[in-house]
Amino acid sequence: MAVEQAGGQGLGPIGRLGMAPQPMSRESLEKKPRIRDADKAVPSVCPYCAVGCSQLVYVKDRRIIDIEGNPDSPINEGTLCPKGASTYQYLVNPNRVTTVRYRAPHSDHWEDRPLDWAMDRIATLIKETREASFVERTPEGKLVNQTTAIATLGGATMDIEENYLIKKLFSGGLGVVSIENQARI
Amino acid sequence: MGSNMAENHPVGFRWPMKAKERGATLIHVDPRFSRTSALADLYVPIRAGSDIAFLGGLINHVLTHDKWFKDYVVAYTNASSIVSDDYVDAEDNGGLFSGYDPKSSSYDNASWAYAGPAQEAKEDASTHSGHGMEGTSPAKHRPARDETLQDPRSVFQILKRHYARYTPQMVERVCGTPQSLFLQVAEILAQNSGRDRTSAICYAVGWTQQSYGAQIIRAAGILQLLLGNIGRPGGGIMALRGHASIQGSTDVPTLFDLLPGYLPHPAAFKSDDTLERYMRESAVRGGYWSNLPKFMVSLLKAWYGDAATAENEFGYQWIPKLTGDHSHISTSAAMADGKVKGFVVFGQNPANGSAHAGLQRKALTQLDWMVAIDLYETETAAFWYAAPEGWKPADVKTEVFLLPTAGPPEKDGTFTNTQRLLQFHDKAVDPPGDARSDLWYVYHLGRRLKELYSGSTNPRDQGLLNLTWDYLPERPDPEWRIKDEPSDEKVLMEVNGYTVADRRQVPDFEHLKADGSTACGVWIYSGVFPAPGKNMARRRTRTPENYVEPAWGFAWPGNRRILYNRASADPAGQPWSERKKYVWWDATAGKWIGKDVPDFPAKKAPATPAKEKGTGIDLHSGSDPFTLKADGRGWLFAPSGLKDGPLPTHYEPLESPVSNALYERQDSPVAKRFPRKDNAISPPGDPRYPYIVTTYRVTEQYTSGVMSRWNSWLSELMPEMFAEISPELAQEKGIANLDWITVSTPRNQIECKALVTRRMRPFPHDGKLIHTVGLPYHWGYKGLVKGAMANDLVALSEEPNVYIQEDKAMTCNLRKGRSR
Repeated sequence: MAVEQAGGQGLGPIGRLGMAPQPMSRESLEKKPRIRDADKAVPSVCPYCAVGCSQLVYVKDRRIIDIEGNPDSPINEGTLCPKGASTYQYLVNPNRVTTVRYRAPHSDHWEDRPLDWAMDRIATLIKETREASFVERTPEGKLVNQTTAIATLGGATMDIEENYLIKKLFSGGLGVVSIENQARI
Repeated sequence: MGSNMAENHPVGFRWPMKAKERGATLIHVDPRFSRTSALADLYVPIRAGSDIAFLGGLINHVLTHDKWFKDYVVAYTNASSIVSDDYVDAEDNGGLFSGYDPKSSSYDNASWAYAGPAQEAKEDASTHSGHGMEGTSPAKHRPARDETLQDPRSVFQILKRHYARYTPQMVERVCGTPQSLFLQVAEILAQNSGRDRTSAICYAVGWTQQSYGAQIIRAAGILQLLLGNIGRPGGGIMALRGHASIQGSTDVPTLFDLLPGYLPHPAAFKSDDTLERYMRESAVRGGYWSNLPKFMVSLLKAWYGDAATAENEFGYQWIPKLTGDHSHISTSAAMADGKVKGFVVFGQNPANGSAHAGLQRKALTQLDWMVAIDLYETETAAFWYAAPEGWKPADVKTEVFLLPTAGPPEKDGTFTNTQRLLQFHDKAVDPPGDARSDLWYVYHLGRRLKELYSGSTNPRDQGLLNLTWDYLPERPDPEWRIKDEPSDEKVLMEVNGYTVADRRQVPDFEHLKADGSTACGVWIYSGVFPAPGKNMARRRTRTPENYVEPAWGFAWPGNRRILYNRASADPAGQPWSERKKYVWWDATAGKWIGKDVPDFPAKKAPATPAKEKGTGIDLHSGSDPFTLKADGRGWLFAPSGLKDGPLPTHYEPLESPVSNALYERQDSPVAKRFPRKDNAISPPGDPRYPYIVTTYRVTEQYTSGVMSRWNSWLSELMPEMFAEISPELAQEKGIANLDWITVSTPRNQIECKALVTRRMRPFPHDGKLIHTVGLPYHWGYKGLVKGAMANDLVALSEEPNVYIQEDKAMTCNLRKGRSR
């Protein structure tokens, strides 16, 4: 019965090639590529080094089921390195942080907090620190409108749009001067 | 050189391998025999820290054996330019150039200028970042020249004298490289350059993480200019960068000393007190940088919208002024001293990944509050309970937030890769739980802060209140659960720029104006979104008939894939050879055409003379390819723009087991040390720290491990910290493979397993053997696999131009056994 199935639909093109069907176990017959049932394949870019390999993110039922190299890309032509090939686990991973974690001063543990609460608290802290440290003029009277008591770090793993808003908000909006990222390392 | 491309950029390395299959010769120059060495035609060992001696040797070989590409060098470089009579070369001054002030450890570069009348405006390279501030006076964009290259004050003759002592014998002595191998490299490069052939040089942080990193790259630039390998297909110098969008975060940038598109950041210590003075000081009269006012005013219009008017200097004073060095390293030192109160960290991990990681962790305990935004709990987020220092959480005051963020497939966005290519990634799924994109965090923080400050009439708050901040989509996409996600493409459209009156997208940066009628967030990216719905970074079209693939993504500037590609044609505009045809002048059509977008005014004929008067590239002739430079030429000699000298010069690293064999001066005269109790640096030849130590990465892990050590597949492939040492050193210290060893510097000590391997070799130097210890830096105290942190050993230090620490060549000691 397994042989009949294999010769019919089970092996598709192989059956159509007219090859003699060989006996196969049910397990073999039921094997299929991870990506076969995907609803869509969404083009993406590898999150690791700066070569810029293109990836295809396979999605089923609004969940990522696999990530593979994009064969269309002139950069990687479908290939990925060990890190790029493991991007699936970078995203779909039980160790990911998915709640806002908060550690109060001197506390010995993390606690989960609502996202809105954390955002309000951080905005308030930024304002308080800025108010307490803002320098309009140097002792010589030069207008500087800056604070050196707040710093930001990071951006090289992130989108250029995100970097742009960090610079715009923290420099052009708040007067922070120490805005840095991995490019300095 | 300075890169282990097979290991760290494996898929990029497919292309050199394909070239090798077609007959190209692959050379790897490195202290360590690595995966790249194994695949190269020629592996050339070099002592860590001696790259300039090696490259200087190549420059000397090319000059003394007449291997330079004459037609290219005379027409396209500043070889013929005459340098000021006041200039004194390091060769004649014990390793120091003229203008050195030992008190401030800095140079006044006035004497490095081209000969000619005094400069119109004060230039001081020691205070400028961003583009090379090459001057405003006619002497700078029209220097006196001697096209016979015989004038003793010509750049060419200065270059010859400067590198005359960088002989094969000297290379062998300084670098530990056998002369025969060095000469093989020199001959291969010389033979593979010229009209018909080009050679490329690739480097990575093996060069930049040295106290003279920018000068190493400059040395490669000199060599490539002499060989005619710049602006031509198959040539160039390729920076192999380490993060998915580290090029983007440099361009946009999140760096203290720059505004978007390499505009210098205004500073209180420069003459930047008004917009008009800032623009006058920063714009260069000759060359494309004369357009700087258009880019600056358009940036201010993008940031402050209608509130930016000619009357209020377009909001210029709302941008803070720098008051010193605010780089990551300097800020870390200030933080450790309690001067920084609040810290927001986006996807970075200084407690493990930055220089002197122990000091970084201590610095975090001095903060009032810290926000870490990441997919995983980093060493930085966990410093208060998990650091090896063993602090009691009750003693740590810092209020800590760990905000969960989204990975690339969980948001729309653009990465700029290592070849300046912008590639868009589409959102595939919502991020899990409370995780949000970094764009969401920054946008909603900004929105809240604007609310907190609303109604303020304090002048200092007006920048924030006037900041244009309209990024929510007109209608949220019904497909996604998160309804208040800002529109990434709205941000990218602002980055591209638009005309203010009708809010139409500008087609490119040529259309920007200095009168406030245009707005543009990042001028070099203009053209990426030239019309609504036309996102050029999202293009994924192949062009099999053109290997340049101009329809895949968008390369800045203006989709040019090779910069300065006018140099791919001869001065008359014709290809140097059929084999290397790339961009050329079509006399019939009266324009430049080719495989790439010409990086030159489209209709400027090769025979166009330079104008006597005017500004910008009108002051260049039709055969001056280097449009961003004041004089239109590639700079063998850098009359300005660098703080540590006009010509690369061999110094020893800040920590070195040997004395400088070439000069009295031991190390970089202007690199910044941080003389603090907790940051001791070993003196030269310190018997307590006799070995060189260098750091690096492996394919299966990623930087400080946040993106790889929570991944079981990668952790299984590369589970444990180790130190690579040579069999000779192992024997000397009685260490067997897999023994525990302790590696120490004056900053800290770490323990790990010994990996005894012939990939490491001792270097002979003046009758002694110099040993090298190699350390990967991927492990830490969080993640599925843990281990000692190599960055605990690194000192705070700064290369003077770009503020990067030196960790590719330090000194250490090691002993058998665990650390305690």
